[in-house]
Amino acid sequence: METIFDVENFNLWYGENHALHNINMQIEKNSITALIGPSGCGKSTFIKTLNRMNDLIPSVRLSGSIKYRGQEIVNSKINVYNLRKEVGMVFQKPNPFPMSIYDNIAYGPRTHGIKNKSQLNEIVEKSLRDAAIFDELKDRLKDSALGLSGGQQQRLCIARALAVKPDVLLMDEPTSALDPISTSKIEELVLELKKNYSIVIVTHNMQQAVRISDYTAFFLLGDLVEFDKTDKIFSQPADKRTEDYITGRFG
Amino acid sequence: MSDQVQSEVRVIPDSVPFRRELYSRILKGCMFLCIGITAALVAFLILYILVRAVPYFSWEILTTKPSYLKGTIGVLPDILNTVYLVLTALVIVLPLGVGAAIYLNEYARSKKLVKIIEYAVETLAGIPSIIYGLVGMLFFCQFLGLQTSLLAGALTLVIMSIPVIIRTTQESLKTVPSGYREGAYGLGAARWHMIRTVVLPCCIDGIVTGCILAAGRMLGESAALLFTAGFAHALHGYIDGITSSGATLTVALYVYAKEQGEFEVAFVIAAILLVLCFITNYFAAAFGRHMHKIHADSK
Repeated sequence: METIFDVENFNLWYGENHALHNINMQIEKNSITALIGPSGCGKSTFIKTLNRMNDLIPSVRLSGSIKYRGQEIVNSKINVYNLRKEVGMVFQKPNPFPMSIYDNIAYGPRTHGIKNKSQLNEIVEKSLRDAAIFDELKDRLKDSALGLSGGQQQRLCIARALAVKPDVLLMDEPTSALDPISTSKIEELVLELKKNYSIVIVTHNMQQAVRISDYTAFFLLGDLVEFDKTDKIFSQPADKRTEDYITGRFG
Repeated sequence: MSDQVQSEVRVIPDSVPFRRELYSRILKGCMFLCIGITAALVAFLILYILVRAVPYFSWEILTTKPSYLKGTIGVLPDILNTVYLVLTALVIVLPLGVGAAIYLNEYARSKKLVKIIEYAVETLAGIPSIIYGLVGMLFFCQFLGLQTSLLAGALTLVIMSIPVIIRTTQESLKTVPSGYREGAYGLGAARWHMIRTVVLPCCIDGIVTGCILAAGRMLGESAALLFTAGFAHALHGYIDGITSSGATLTVALYVYAKEQGEFEVAFVIAAILLVLCFITNYFAAAFGRHMHKIHADSK
């Protein structure tokens, strides 16, 4: 097993509020790790730490250690822009920019200095293909991305994230705003992407965690209660609270 | 399940008590009267200005300068002075106001500082323009040695219209969904890059609307310019014009009506200002609508 993120004694505070307590976990390369737990348990906060998106909230304080491929990212002087290029993110609500489909995909590469037209064309096509949406959109590349359906927008956002050639994809409830058909398309896509990327996904949908993930982490009130192989968590949870949650007794 | 019980019959009266009916009619009448008076006043003002101005309208008056020797009158210098003044002031105020709004909305981390600055900006917007004129005269004309000139007038208008630009820009910055910012950050964009490529393009309409509103305010300003921009009616190119004393349309209106008793010219100028006012309001409203449409589409 190759570890991509090594989390040790990680703590996070929002002002005085201690939101994550002593988190320890190893996230494996080329696997899908699902983060589950009731609302407000800290799973979204945790995922946003992995690419330092929490930097945008002024009151956040961190302690402990998270190593991405051996490099410390907590309270370190790492270049966050390059980190976010390596560790891409897909958000809960599809958020394509109000630009053409092409410009949306090209945004990331352009941001990182690629100006060559044919190179951009190549990246746009490859990203759309990798996100399994090229055939649907190939004739509409100049159209506004805002005219797409919610499911298409979300796959476009995945393509946009892939365009900067990341190593890890963080997905914060990527299907919670979508209908069941779009959801299953995204799930298929995520399973396909695991060959080339490591994926961490926050989900409220436990069937989704079972369907796609290799590992599952159960968060509750800022604690990582249990982290194990998904089969193990859903068949023989070690902790009573995990069992109560996955059998629907609270949450 | 089929034996439904019919509920008790209730009679709904179809007459309204007489007093209530009367009361409602009187109120309605009063409101019609209010709107009638308002509309009549506006219509009277516009018609009166046009009736007084139209007989004196000529191509000549619009395209010549006044001459004491020939005894002719023309408002071309005043039109050009107005154009020079408004354009100069806009070119200066735009980067200042937009920059300040971006700082307040995107960079400033101290909420207290933002509150203080916003309060100061609001206050600035409420100060009577004659005070700007007085300060402008002392600071720009005398302290900075610009003399009485269109440039001094333009700088005074810059300070006056900064609040308009800041406020409209800030409002349109606030309508940009936070998802756009997160999306750009998530792809590794730095803050200024994100603002330039994602946020500002969404705000162009708001900024343009602010510019039009500011231009409208500048067109109508007279008190502040009496002190700072002067009263001359000489015909100049831009460079000479901006550095010398010159009357804008509003100031010229004041001078012709009050000092020289030339009411015909004053009404011609009033009609020109009226038309400009319609044009700026129309464009401001059109851009406003356009902006609403774009934001409705993006939801």
